Amino acid sequence: MKGKKFPLLIAELITAFLFVLFVFPFYLVLINSAKTAFEVTNVPLDWPQRWGNLIDNVIKIWTSESVRYPSSLLSSAIITALSLILLNILSAQAGWALVRTKNKTSNTIFFLFVASMVIPFQIVMFPLLSWFRSVTQITGIPLLRTYQGIVLSYLGFGCSLSIFMFHGFIKTIPLELEEAATIDGCHRAQIFYEIIFPILTPIQATVMVLNGIWIWNDYLLPLLVLGKGNRIMTIPIAVSNFAGAFVKQWDLILTAILLAMVPVIVFFLFAQKYIVKGMIAGSIK
Amino acid sequence: MKKHTENALVFWLFLIPVLFAFLMVMVIPFFLGSFYAFTNWSSSAKADGGLRWVGLANFVQSFTDPSFLYSFGITLAYTLMNMVVINVVAFSLALLVTSELRFKHLYRVAFFIPNLIGGLILGYIWQFIFNNAIPSLGKFMPALAFLAEPDNLMLSKNTSALVAMVIVGTWQYAGYIMMIYIAAIENVPVELHEAAKIDGANAWMRLKAITLPMAAQAFTVTLFLTLVNSFKQFDVNVSLTSGGPSTMLLGKPILGTELLALNIYNTAFISNKLAEGQARAVVFFIVLAIISIIQVYVNKRKEIEL
Repeated sequence: MKGKKFPLLIAELITAFLFVLFVFPFYLVLINSAKTAFEVTNVPLDWPQRWGNLIDNVIKIWTSESVRYPSSLLSSAIITALSLILLNILSAQAGWALVRTKNKTSNTIFFLFVASMVIPFQIVMFPLLSWFRSVTQITGIPLLRTYQGIVLSYLGFGCSLSIFMFHGFIKTIPLELEEAATIDGCHRAQIFYEIIFPILTPIQATVMVLNGIWIWNDYLLPLLVLGKGNRIMTIPIAVSNFAGAFVKQWDLILTAILLAMVPVIVFFLFAQKYIVKGMIAGSIK
Repeated sequence: MKKHTENALVFWLFLIPVLFAFLMVMVIPFFLGSFYAFTNWSSSAKADGGLRWVGLANFVQSFTDPSFLYSFGITLAYTLMNMVVINVVAFSLALLVTSELRFKHLYRVAFFIPNLIGGLILGYIWQFIFNNAIPSLGKFMPALAFLAEPDNLMLSKNTSALVAMVIVGTWQYAGYIMMIYIAAIENVPVELHEAAKIDGANAWMRLKAITLPMAAQAFTVTLFLTLVNSFKQFDVNVSLTSGGPSTMLLGKPILGTELLALNIYNTAFISNKLAEGQARAVVFFIVLAIISIIQVYVNKRKEIEL
């Protein structure tokens, strides 16, 4: 009995140590957000002298012209929400159309989507900018530095994986369900929106989680499509702007980081179950 | 007949929105980009005038530029280190949190959380840790005072800065990979372990004979994910080191920790060589495609063997 318990005790200790190691960076961000510039550089590991500094720093970041936290938070939320809604509905209906129509065209389109998943963003990013510029010149619709441009980009870059996941799920739904509805006189489109779409809830959660984490944290695409010094700014761009403008002002940079992390962590604690499940499901597909 | 046209109509109506977006941001830019790589494309030589075919000139220039060759080398080194370290750490974490620990659910969450925060922000946090927090350890333990010397800062030398990027990459990614391993380990039927125990197999033997082979499929996935994500690393690179510190190679000053993705970006926007940056992106794509195909192929064969 004793020989059995001992390895477990060691495992407890090692894991507890690793836990501290993993959480420590977050703890450092928190305590140093509550310090003055002088304290941060001199005693970065100490407990803050006055927690009231945290409020002062938060107000400074909240009102800072280079972070524009409230407006950046709003922009990030608008971009993420719009992209997620569109990706979810449009990829689901596309996935369904591809599963339920069996012919050469449908197979080829599905193959194209899957094949495109190996293409890294790097190879399309420069031509994307000049292409967007040309489209604007011809049609007059501004794409660069606008919401419609970045949401269109996320729809285009995110749809392959989303369609692929919906496709896999819809294949398992028995066709009889739709046949019964057809006999009842349901229209094709009606069948999808009224019968199939509600059944897709679990896979919708997975798709939203995967795309949500990607879009919310993405840095390179907004940097290119929205550009620097734009009215529309996402949170990662705001943080990098601030860190670039206030080099070594760690008290404020870390407060900006803290404020950037809070929405994500709060969201995670609420939707933990779906997030972990969704991310595993997404990786295995 | 009417039924058939109605189905075809719905098919296209449902597909048009995604096809339009896909065409606009993937297909057209992909073909434009593959073409531009062979031209003198720049902000002045645009598609509508002055664009000239230059053959392989951009590729030749890239491969004779020390900074590109160097980036290539360190990206491969970084990818390899990252793959090994992340997977070893993630698998060990998964083994720990699937045993009968008291707070195993709390541990899982804690190991996973860094993954929810973008690489850019994580990089800044660790820049602070390497440049400020670690050097100040000497205040608590005088034996560690040497860490405060500028020469001993992790980010002040190329090799150690690259290792620092592996540390951040592991912190960011190990928890996610751990979750995949947990799913694989928990899929192993309990009876297998019990039968082996009765036959007298110890924990190490059970790990080798049962858990590892049963998790073979997970390894294909995790190695693929870590390979692709390490090779494409950009965010942490920008915020942790910005490519620095600088160093010399073949008589030219270059950035010491500039991974390929950052090198491509800098070639186009800092050096203002758009066409050459595009050529490097084409090379980047081809190399990534080849090594990930090899990885999946090798792993699939291993899966069958186990």
